[in-house]
Amino acid sequence: MIIHVTDQEGESHELEGLEGWRVMEVIRDWGLNIKAECGGALSCATCHVYVDKDWLEIVGAPSDEEEDMLDSVGDVRSNSRLSCQILCSDAVDGLKLTLAPSAAKD
Amino acid sequence: MTTEITTDVVVIGAGPCGLFAAFELGLLDLKCHFIDILDRPGGQCAELYPEKPIYDIPGFPVVTGQQLVDNLMAQIAPFAPEFHFNRMVNSIDKQEDGSFKLATDADEIFHTKVIVIAAGGGSFQPKRPPVDGIEQFENKSVFYSVRKMDDFRGQDVVIVGGGDSALDWTLNLQPIVRSLTLVHRRAVFKAAPASVNKMQELVGEGKINFLTGQIAKLDGENGQIDHVHLSTDAGDLSLPATRLLPFFGLTMKLGPVADWGLELNDNTIVVDTEKFETSVPGIFAIGDINSYPGKLKLILSGFHEAALMAQAAKAIVSPGERVVFQYTTSSTKLQKKLGVA
Repeated sequence: MIIHVTDQEGESHELEGLEGWRVMEVIRDWGLNIKAECGGALSCATCHVYVDKDWLEIVGAPSDEEEDMLDSVGDVRSNSRLSCQILCSDAVDGLKLTLAPSAAKD
Repeated sequence: MTTEITTDVVVIGAGPCGLFAAFELGLLDLKCHFIDILDRPGGQCAELYPEKPIYDIPGFPVVTGQQLVDNLMAQIAPFAPEFHFNRMVNSIDKQEDGSFKLATDADEIFHTKVIVIAAGGGSFQPKRPPVDGIEQFENKSVFYSVRKMDDFRGQDVVIVGGGDSALDWTLNLQPIVRSLTLVHRRAVFKAAPASVNKMQELVGEGKINFLTGQIAKLDGENGQIDHVHLSTDAGDLSLPATRLLPFFGLTMKLGPVADWGLELNDNTIVVDTEKFETSVPGIFAIGDINSYPGKLKLILSGFHEAALMAQAAKAIVSPGERVVFQYTTSSTKLQKKLGVA
């Protein structure tokens, strides 16, 4: 499966995802600019992404706990998600997203 | 007044790896002082995920972050390490005799033979909202904590956030400010219900404003803001403001570690895999903050690194002394140190 990621500089990357991985792990593994400091424990919001409008319905809405974590970043939009909460599967093959400024490493 | 402390080892960072280092160092009779920016031990385990189960600690099928920290604190208690919380290391100077003079922002000077950096992802710092040019206003009119309430007296204050810090300071500052606006991205708060109710009462009485939105831009000059621009569902708006308090929680930054002259690689400290020593002899780095070929950022790797580091630290503190490798299961000497023999 493939994930299309636009980084904070506007550059596009085509990443190969593995079934069962979290999207955050794929982005981190490919060395893109994502801090992901809690490592997927839903305890920070430093893997914040904007999901392309066409994919919003398929990816689904954030959970309450995820919404709470999104309170800790200042650049939330209606299509904000934490990429550690999106699992790679055939259903999201071709997923398009953009890394949020607040996901950047220092 | 400056406090001067002399010790064998200063450990920077009281997360799980730092705490276990005190055990390995203690078995070798080395005295430890801890310095940590948080107000309690545990580092990420306590700050980021105290309630989350961890499944890859050897011997524990499952343990929460806080349980692990509590267990480590019990394990190192016989060695009575001393903790210095809520402070940061400002500088490290190597002395002619090879020891170090380490200064903190709490006016302490440590004289130590060995330094162990166990700082994880760095020090926890307030999260800076992604607003262009916010740095120029920081500590002048934009603050991430309230140190002196008087700095806010008579000011037009904007507080951003929906957690306890944002709510508590809204309630505490309201009586002394000229105006106060609380801004949060939604009308849902993750704070004590009593504070939320009280805040809503103040809004109802017209004593404060509440807006749903996010900061888009700051105007001002010479470090002094005059307007905060918000993007809201109802469009953009501009608020006159002289103080801004963003409360977005904490994030980890390498911080002053970068200034200590150590060889770094992608925000981690380069070490060897025999002693886990940095490019500066006598300064070691263990846990998530170090890097070497094959490094895995696992707590268990940090425990291993602590054990090897301790042997090397002992050779620095007690040069020439023959160290006999012993097991806690069989050595009465070690058992006496642990208070069980």
